[in-house]
Order: sequence, then structure tokens, then C-alpha cells
Amino acid sequence: MLSDWTLWLEWFVKAAVVTLALLTGFAYLTWYERRALARIQTRIGPNRAGPFGLLQPIADAVKLIFKEELTPSKADRIIFFWAPIITLVPSIIIAAVIPWGPSFSAFGREITLYVADINVGVLYLMSIASIAVYGIVLAGWSSNSKYAMLGGLRASAQMISYELALGFSFATVIILADSMRLLDIVERQENMWFAVVQPVGALIFWIATLAEVNRAPFDMPEAEQELTAGYHSEYSGMKFALFFMAEYQKMIVICAIAATLYFGGFREFWFLKDTIFSVDYAWTLGSWQITNWFLGPLYIFVKVVVLLFGMIWVRATWPRIRYDRLMSFGWKVMLPLSLAITFITATGIVLADIFNNRLYFWAIPVVSTLIGLFTVVMIYRELRRKAYERA
Amino acid sequence: MSVLDPIIELARGLGTTLKMMLERPVTVQYPEQKRQVRPRFRGRHVLKRYENGLEKCIGCSLCAAACPADAIFVEAGENTDEERYSPGERYASTYEINMIRCIYCGYCEDACPTEAIVLGDNYELSFFDRRSAIYTREMLLESVSSPEMLTPQKVEPGKYNRRSVPEMKDPAD
Repeated sequence: MLSDWTLWLEWFVKAAVVTLALLTGFAYLTWYERRALARIQTRIGPNRAGPFGLLQPIADAVKLIFKEELTPSKADRIIFFWAPIITLVPSIIIAAVIPWGPSFSAFGREITLYVADINVGVLYLMSIASIAVYGIVLAGWSSNSKYAMLGGLRASAQMISYELALGFSFATVIILADSMRLLDIVERQENMWFAVVQPVGALIFWIATLAEVNRAPFDMPEAEQELTAGYHSEYSGMKFALFFMAEYQKMIVICAIAATLYFGGFREFWFLKDTIFSVDYAWTLGSWQITNWFLGPLYIFVKVVVLLFGMIWVRATWPRIRYDRLMSFGWKVMLPLSLAITFITATGIVLADIFNNRLYFWAIPVVSTLIGLFTVVMIYRELRRKAYERA
Repeated sequence: MSVLDPIIELARGLGTTLKMMLERPVTVQYPEQKRQVRPRFRGRHVLKRYENGLEKCIGCSLCAAACPADAIFVEAGENTDEERYSPGERYASTYEINMIRCIYCGYCEDACPTEAIVLGDNYELSFFDRRSAIYTREMLLESVSSPEMLTPQKVEPGKYNRRSVPEMKDPAD
């Protein structure tokens, strides 16, 4: 029975660590984003509260807690209250399956660095990721405001359009890893990242996740210039903060998922495999033997930070895409392209298996890139044709 | 225009923003660093003095008349040789500018016959209540370098009974 008790404790501690990491991660992601955006715009950014402005998130939190919370008089009060919570909860629980380090032994037991090891982890990720949109739609609807309503509708339409491409890019990873278990996916990448094997898939995943978390250039649901603030127009105080929190936590989580699926997760760079920097490397200190397990969380942290910078960078650079173009890009470009690369990946793996020749496996990135370039050519031709018709 | 242009243009955009990251931020850390204002900047008003410390303002109220926001209130008092504030007969015994009403148009500057009121370079005007936004004569007057230049001064009789508006060259600004 004692082991049961310690198991509970272990689960509790790990869940608390993940939740707290996400919460502080959210706070410091706002700081990170503001500083990075500021530097891109040759400003300094928040640097007053504490050293380098590090206490700025705390100041913001205090401000938001003491702000007045308004509920529109004609809003549906119950749904209006629950919508931020429905948005926030998936963004935290989605992190449960992400492994953030290899297992190691301590306190006389094997400790694994993930909250839950689901053998269909990828499916879990997909399902939870799509639940988050309910909160947004409900928030938009229950506010009884046209801007919020339009924001919610846009969010749902966008989610449906990009979920498919996202699903197919998940599928490529599943085919490559031959497993839906995230730990397996990470282990399969010890020799080569899937981003190298399937670069187009990684790109599609990246674009689709940008749309999924409503980030620029796909931030249509909260387009300031058109819809004031979109689905959270009517929210203020802590309820607004919950939406904000959900959005930024989703960013972190989605970057962690991207790192896990395409960039080797908690594993080192593939070319560092048998070196001292590997997470498997074991130190021998006298009678002790410890592995480099602590490098796992560090690696995934670094990967997440780099990917987050990508998101911020994109936000700072590209303007928001027009809504009809967003739709046609999702349905006419992303979906066929993701289908094609799924097909190519599956074919490459099967052929490599049948003929027992790795050459077919390495045809996957080449052919995928060619298909990607072909898509670019087709987009270009379409744009030219439209320009010609207008002229 | 080549086929890959859409991609190249997107990448060039990313390159531009990344390059901007390496540039020095243009931010001025305001309360610690202050930027020099422009020569014709119109900030808080200053009541000027002559070299001997006498006030230029003669309490004529032309500034108050010129003020489109009705922010200036002037009350004139009589100069005597024992208590002399300004050359000539009169001086401003009360001079108040409501800094909330003021629109910093500079018409008072233009209207002043003695160039007594000048819009200076102080822009740090913030108040906790409306009453403290009213700047009085003492707050607006230029500071002096030595105590004997303070007004009122005791002067030899008849020296400053002449014309109160000085001969001026063409105003430059």
C-alpha cells in the first residue's frame, strides 16, 4: 500500500510541476513577447518593474485582479462565466501527455517525466486541442455582442479549416514513428528529427498551429482593427486574463508539441547522440550512476523558447491574412498538400520496407519538398491569373 | 518576377525584422534621460526679468485679452520708487495661468508688448488636483541670480518713471 501512496504523491507532484510551469511560463511569455517585439521595433519594452522588467507580469496580474469585472446586462450569465474556464482548462490538461524528460531512478523508484503515458497520446493532443475552441465560440455567443459573435464564428470556421491539415501532419508523424505514443515518437527521433525527414509536414504543422492558437497572421478571431477584440470584447478583469492565459499557454503547449513531434522532444540534437550531451549519457561517480536526465527538460525548454520566438517573429513581420484568403489557403492549399505529404511519407516507408532500401526512405523529404515547391508554383500561377483578370 | 517570389518576399520580411533586432533601440528612458526640446517648443510660461531683476511684465492684461482659452488672469498694481517691481507705472500684482485651460498656442507671447511672457521648455505639467494647476506669479517668474535682484526693489526716485515699454528690435522668434 505504501507504493500506492508514493505513486499518488509522484503524480501529484508532476501535475503540480506541469501546471505551475505553464502558469509561470504564461506570465513570462507575455514578458518575452513584449521584449522581443519591442526589440524588433527598435524599442526596449517593459524594463521598469524589477530587473529587466522581470516583475512586469506580476504587476500586470495585480492590475487585472483589481480591475472591475463587467458582465453585459443581456449576456447569458452562466455561459459567460464558464466560457473562459472552458477555454483555459484544455490548454493546461493538454500538457499532461507531453514527455519532458527521460525516466530516471531516484528515491528507489523509476521516475518518469510526464504526467500521463497514453498509448494514443497524439489522439489525445488532437482532441483536447480542438475542445479549446468551444470556450471561444461560447464566449463569443454568450456576450450578446456582434463583434464577439463574429470573433467566435471566425474562430470555429478557422479551427475546422486548419484542423484537417493539422491532423494530417500529425498523421505523418504517426506513420514515421509507427506509434501514437509520444514517448515512442521522441525515441524514434534519436537518429534524425522528423522535421528533417518531413520538412513540409513540419511547415504545415507550424502554419496550422498558428491558426489553431489564433496567432498572427491568423488572428482573425480577435482582429483588433475589425472586431475590437473579437470573442473577448466584452470580457474584463480576471475573466479576460483567463482568455489571455489560455492563449499564451496554448502557445507554449503547441510549441512543446511541435518540439516533441518534429524536433526530437526532450532528446538532444541527433548529431550529439553518443556524446556527453546526450540525455542517455551516464555519469559514474564512485558507486553512483546518474544519467543526464536533467538535460531533457533543458532541451525541451530551449526548443520551446526558440519556437516561441518563431511565433513572435512571425507576428512582428507579417500582416493579418484576409479572411477569404485564410479559408481558401486552408482548404485549397494546406489540405491537399498535407494529404500529398501523408501519402508520400506512407509510400516511402512502405517501399523502403519492401525493397529493404533506405534510399526510398530518403526520397520522402526530397519528394515532399518538390511537392511543396510545386504548390508554391501553383499559388503563384493562381495569383498571376487573378492579377491578370483584374487588369 | 520569378516563381519563387512569394516565398522570397516572405523570407525577406522576416530578414528585415530580424535585422531590426540588432539595431540600437531608439527609446529615451524618460525620467532619467531627457531630450532637448526644439527651439520653438511651447511649454510652460515664464515671466521674464530685465538684467537688473525688474520684471518685464507691466500688468497690461493684453495676454489675458489675447488668450483664446481664457486661461490668464492679470491684476495690476501701482509701482512706487520704494517698492518697484517693473519699470513704469504699473506691475502685475496678480498673475495666474490655469495650466489645464491653457492650450499652449503662444498668443500671449505675441500679444505681450514687453516680451515679458515667454513659453519655455518645461513640459512636465501634471497635477493631483485642479487647484494646483493654477500657476501664480511667483511660480512663473524667472529666478534671479542674486538676492538684491529680487522684486520689489528700492530704487533711486525718478529713474524708472519713463516709458514702461522698452524700445525693441525686431523679434526674432
